[in-house]
Amino acid sequence: MAATDTLPATTGDETVVRLGGAQGGWFRQVGWRHLVGLLALAFSLFPILFVVSAAVNPLGTLSSSELVPTGASFENFRKLFVDTAFPTWFLNSMVIGLLAAALSMFVSACAAFAFSRYRFRGRRAGLLGILLVQMFPQFLLIVALYIMFAYVSDLWPAVGFNTRTGLLLLYLGGALGTNTWLMKGFFDTIPKDLDESAKVDGATHAQVFFGLILPLVTPILAVTGLLGFISAVNEFLIASVFLTDDDAKTAAVGLYGLVSEERNNNFGVFAAGALVLAVPTVALFQFLQRYIVGGLTAGAVKG
Amino acid sequence: MRRKLGLGADGTASPLGLIIKIVVLGLVAAIAVWAAFPLIGTGNWLGLAVLLLVTAVIFSIYLSPRAIPAKYLIPGTLFLIVFQVLPVLFTLSTAFTNFGDAHRGSKDEAVAAVEGSSVQQVPGSTVYTLTIATDGEPGSGDIVFLLTDPATKAAFVGTADGLEPLNDATQNTDGKITEAGGYEILDIAEVSARSADIVEFSVPTDRGAIKNQGLSRAFEGTPQQAYDAGCDCVKDRTTGQTWTANDDDGLFVDGQGQALAQGWQVNVGFRNFAEVLTNPVIRASFLKILLWNLGFAFGVVLITFALGLLVALVLNKPGLRGQRLYRSLIILPYAMPAVAMMLVWRDMFNTDFGLINRLFGLDVNWFGSAPSSMFAILLVQLWLGYNYMFLVSTGALQAIPADLTEAAQVDGARPFHAFRTITFPLLLVALAPLLISSFAFNFNNFTAIYLVSEGAPFPPDNPQAGATDILITYTYRLAFGGAGAQYGFAAAISVFIFLIVATISIVSFRRTHALEEIN
Repeated sequence: MAATDTLPATTGDETVVRLGGAQGGWFRQVGWRHLVGLLALAFSLFPILFVVSAAVNPLGTLSSSELVPTGASFENFRKLFVDTAFPTWFLNSMVIGLLAAALSMFVSACAAFAFSRYRFRGRRAGLLGILLVQMFPQFLLIVALYIMFAYVSDLWPAVGFNTRTGLLLLYLGGALGTNTWLMKGFFDTIPKDLDESAKVDGATHAQVFFGLILPLVTPILAVTGLLGFISAVNEFLIASVFLTDDDAKTAAVGLYGLVSEERNNNFGVFAAGALVLAVPTVALFQFLQRYIVGGLTAGAVKG
Repeated sequence: MRRKLGLGADGTASPLGLIIKIVVLGLVAAIAVWAAFPLIGTGNWLGLAVLLLVTAVIFSIYLSPRAIPAKYLIPGTLFLIVFQVLPVLFTLSTAFTNFGDAHRGSKDEAVAAVEGSSVQQVPGSTVYTLTIATDGEPGSGDIVFLLTDPATKAAFVGTADGLEPLNDATQNTDGKITEAGGYEILDIAEVSARSADIVEFSVPTDRGAIKNQGLSRAFEGTPQQAYDAGCDCVKDRTTGQTWTANDDDGLFVDGQGQALAQGWQVNVGFRNFAEVLTNPVIRASFLKILLWNLGFAFGVVLITFALGLLVALVLNKPGLRGQRLYRSLIILPYAMPAVAMMLVWRDMFNTDFGLINRLFGLDVNWFGSAPSSMFAILLVQLWLGYNYMFLVSTGALQAIPADLTEAAQVDGARPFHAFRTITFPLLLVALAPLLISSFAFNFNNFTAIYLVSEGAPFPPDNPQAGATDILITYTYRLAFGGAGAQYGFAAAISVFIFLIVATISIVSFRRTHALEEIN
């Protein structure tokens, strides 16, 4: 007992009291923030954990999938790549996603440049018109598009049903509506004196756009490109109506087909597919993260 | 000054610029030529004229030094017009017709379909040996009948246009065609997949039509029902029954008011719109769906914004340890493929195998009652959407000058008071346009419903309108659902949806003054 008398600081009781006291203050300062943060993390991550667990679950059924992995097997991934057309679906999704993102970014950057830098007849009407058309989203037009493309498929099979090009062209139809306002808001924040002085130096409008403005608006290009990629990869309704041949499907449509019939048995394979499909988006997201917050809110503040 | 026209006319000075311009305009010309051939082939002169006009406009804009804004607006506008504005107009015009499964084509096509489906074998007519094939993909190509006359072993191909001799067919000993150039022969599974198309299919001939009888025989017969232009009616040859054409409804109707299955497309004026507002069953379900649709869209915006803002506020303390890690992990769901994750959630709510029932020891049929189904849907949307709100709230919070809130604290304002009177109003101004577009998006969030609950639960008396259906999923079921497509009616509901979303968005944009400073 003598030891405890001489070294009171090390006794169990004292330590608990001290730490407890400190913890109380720490908790009121920042600890509760960590608690909320951890709760938010748990909510965000538990479905993803479940997907990971189901993907490596050797039994591969929904009923045997637990929240925490119970085994580690790559059987589901093997089945995904060998027994289903997933490699083709994945490739379709990537080609459509990347091209749709890049092209729609480009056409809306062009339009935003015109709306931000030039004053012309019909400018205000054009901006409001774009806003109005955006409220009539493409999938609301699914019946009309279906009938249109039935006709297109007869005349030009290369861009008809079950082709990547046809779906890509269709997605580009929505490009102006979604991105132009966001981009114009960002373009407006770049001082006009810059292009004026470049023009005085003899630069053409194309040189101003490609050489001067585009490099300055990289953040908003990154954001619209990322959002365009995410929405094209995730688009389900139009793709499911347009792509019925197994080889033409995107990953979203193909994966839906996996669990729409044999829900319980295919769940592991489906989860593996969801994980593989998430990889490019998550990678892009991490890569572009520093632009995202700034890009999104800059457009929002400017309206 | 004379107006110059030419490759370098707009000041394209650098060789690189010129080369790019030549290549792009060359591509435009090549695409135009490629697109022109099928139009010429089918004699679609109007289409060809539009194509030529568009190509001419593109060339004149890019070769002229003027109209600089047009050079930048043309690419997006072209896509917008073709794939968005035209379909909108088409939807509007469809909304005024009875277009649907029973009313597909013109009156002549309806007559042909009525006559074709009433073909019956007459004694002594030829019975062909049949092979069912398609012109193109087995799943989607047009059905063709490959026929052999058993007496002469002559091979024919029968399409919807008529009967033609077939030269390069391979026949087995019975005369059945086993291979023919350009046609895909269907196996049993493929035939059964296309059975609905095959039942409707007939090959028109001079004496009537050829129809199949089972999978390997086809006979030539004459139609029992025939159209008579004199009375504008369809008559049955044996029973003498008549069905008179009703041009208001696009149907052939007999004396008892019974109609033939095949009708034609007619203009019905505002009837589809009136139907939504006056038919008691449809009106009741439409109103119920609209209410839940509004509640769903408002609810999703509210809960995602509330939770996102809360977490953003809590984590927005300078120097908080692990801040970056929290942020990048919390927004992870936003980067996951939403379609797949919604299906995962749906399966987590599965009654028998689902994780949620197993984890909490429950036995809830989540999509069996309206409240639990709505709860499940909102929870899924909260998970998918709050991280986006967290992201933009964080951005907006960082954009608010710190001295504003500090000044309030110096003045003795309690933190919550300062937040309510200073931070929150500023946030709302910055984020209002995003909240409005989030509302507009969620109002038509098809996948959120279709992939999670599919509209379930359905009332027993109306299997078309589920308790968690929103207008767009309801429209989709009407247009493509199992109970026969009603495109005209579905288009009318699309117009209603558009009017509702546009009104709400315009009113709220007005109120936030977001539109006033278009400069």
